[in-house]
Amino acid sequence: MNNDIYLDNSATTPVSEEVIEAMLPYWQVEYGNASSLHSFGRRAHIAMEESRARLAASLSASEREIIFTASASEANNLAIKGLAFSGINKYHIITSQIEHPSVGKVCQWLEKQGFTVTYLPVDQEGMVDPDELAATITDDTLLVTIMYGNNEIGTVQPISQIAEICREQGVIFHTDAVQAYGKIPLALENVDMLSATAHKLHGPKGVGMLYLRRGIKLSPLIHGGGHERGLRSGTENIAGIVGFAKAVEIAFAEMEVLRDRLEGFREQLIETITAIPKTKLNGQRKGSLPHITNISFMAIEGESLVMKLDEHGIATSTGSACSSPNLEPSHVLLAIGTPIVMAHGSLRISTGRRTTQEEIDRFLTILPQVVEELREISPFKINT
Amino acid sequence: MYSEKVIEHFRNPHNKGRLEKYSAIGKVGNIACGDVMWLYIKVGRNANDEEIIEDISWETFGCTAAIATSSMVTEIAKGKTLKEAAAIQNKEVADTLGGLPPVKMHCSLLAVDALSEAIYNYLQAKGDVIPEVLVKRHAHVEKESKEFDERYSSLMSKSN
Repeated sequence: MNNDIYLDNSATTPVSEEVIEAMLPYWQVEYGNASSLHSFGRRAHIAMEESRARLAASLSASEREIIFTASASEANNLAIKGLAFSGINKYHIITSQIEHPSVGKVCQWLEKQGFTVTYLPVDQEGMVDPDELAATITDDTLLVTIMYGNNEIGTVQPISQIAEICREQGVIFHTDAVQAYGKIPLALENVDMLSATAHKLHGPKGVGMLYLRRGIKLSPLIHGGGHERGLRSGTENIAGIVGFAKAVEIAFAEMEVLRDRLEGFREQLIETITAIPKTKLNGQRKGSLPHITNISFMAIEGESLVMKLDEHGIATSTGSACSSPNLEPSHVLLAIGTPIVMAHGSLRISTGRRTTQEEIDRFLTILPQVVEELREISPFKINT
Repeated sequence: MYSEKVIEHFRNPHNKGRLEKYSAIGKVGNIACGDVMWLYIKVGRNANDEEIIEDISWETFGCTAAIATSSMVTEIAKGKTLKEAAAIQNKEVADTLGGLPPVKMHCSLLAVDALSEAIYNYLQAKGDVIPEVLVKRHAHVEKESKEFDERYSSLMSKSN
């Protein structure tokens, strides 16, 4: 339906026309294996290395420091497990309570393997306290891994401060930058590892990357033919890699303009929605990722809110317990101190490159009606 | 994930809202997911002079499945004798909805508990003999309600 309004760009994004165009030759014309000696292979190899150079440039890194993976989840796993099993005799990891599961669950698994993990709390806006982090580092600390911008509430961490502390203390620092990369300028001076993915930036699904500072040794997760300097075996996804680079090129060229536009949408969303009685913004008021807005509605449940909006062709998401497979409310919302009842009524609205002013206006007309409808059938009456 | 029937009842729920005149309410909450259901019954009599559910409605704070099961349990119970209504099983509610995802089966249990509670409260207020199945369900609901009240105290105090 052409009238549909997609406001779930933190989940994934539509692939841009230019990206599809850039990828097209690499299925039927330039389909070579980048490891082959012949001209097909050489051309595939060149396309891959040009793409790698583009990604490296976006991070002011060198080509050698970019490792392609099949997802950001894989990049996070490679960074954390790869370092944990690299032979360094340190067994303490510091992370936060609001990480993506591809970091959080890896840390939990490493605890079962004998590692000690500190899960730093966050404040009401979702910020890690750098001083608290500094105080947690010990001689045994191997790694600090803190996400750049949060995927549920959009909070941006003081990464340059955290990375500097880690550098001073001689601890390796990794950041999951999936939601922040290509959306806001990143401060990477003391960052040792960074994970990102193409499909959050209007690129294809199935391709991610790990930036790995030169000199840091990892143990691979996938052994085999020795691709990606032995760190990630498996024939490279050339079309995906080319698409990733194209998406990044566009994202960086458009960043400032798009950021301003999405910040404008965010302002409008917050102003209008929090004017509805008994609502609360989750996350930062200022300084947040521009594309994520998370708001809780008292007395209604998030899954039914998402489904009601879906009825109107509007795609959003929620951190409600009802929407999770284990019936637990979002760990991020609980970590910022959201009462369970408010976590239950949370709605994440995430905008993107294609989001229009007209769509935001239409969404903001429909949302209050839907909220009213659900509050009407709720036993809890909101006195307005 | 959800059946067509579930979506249909979610979009156009039957018997929603609060009855103007009701004989009893059943209030239940689900500790697992946090959903809350209030079910209202108005008791009348049929031609055989048996007590029946003459009218029924609900108010629910919960997910798609919770709203659809609220709608369906009231559809099934409407017009039934109290004895028949007390015998409704959650599986019947789920099956009539074309099935529920396994993780959502507890919603159908919540719906049946709410109905049972309403009948229980009605019979108790009247001083009638309460069938054992209702006594058992009531004990279960009571057990869960304490933790629940604490969790939702902020909302309860604001409700009418």
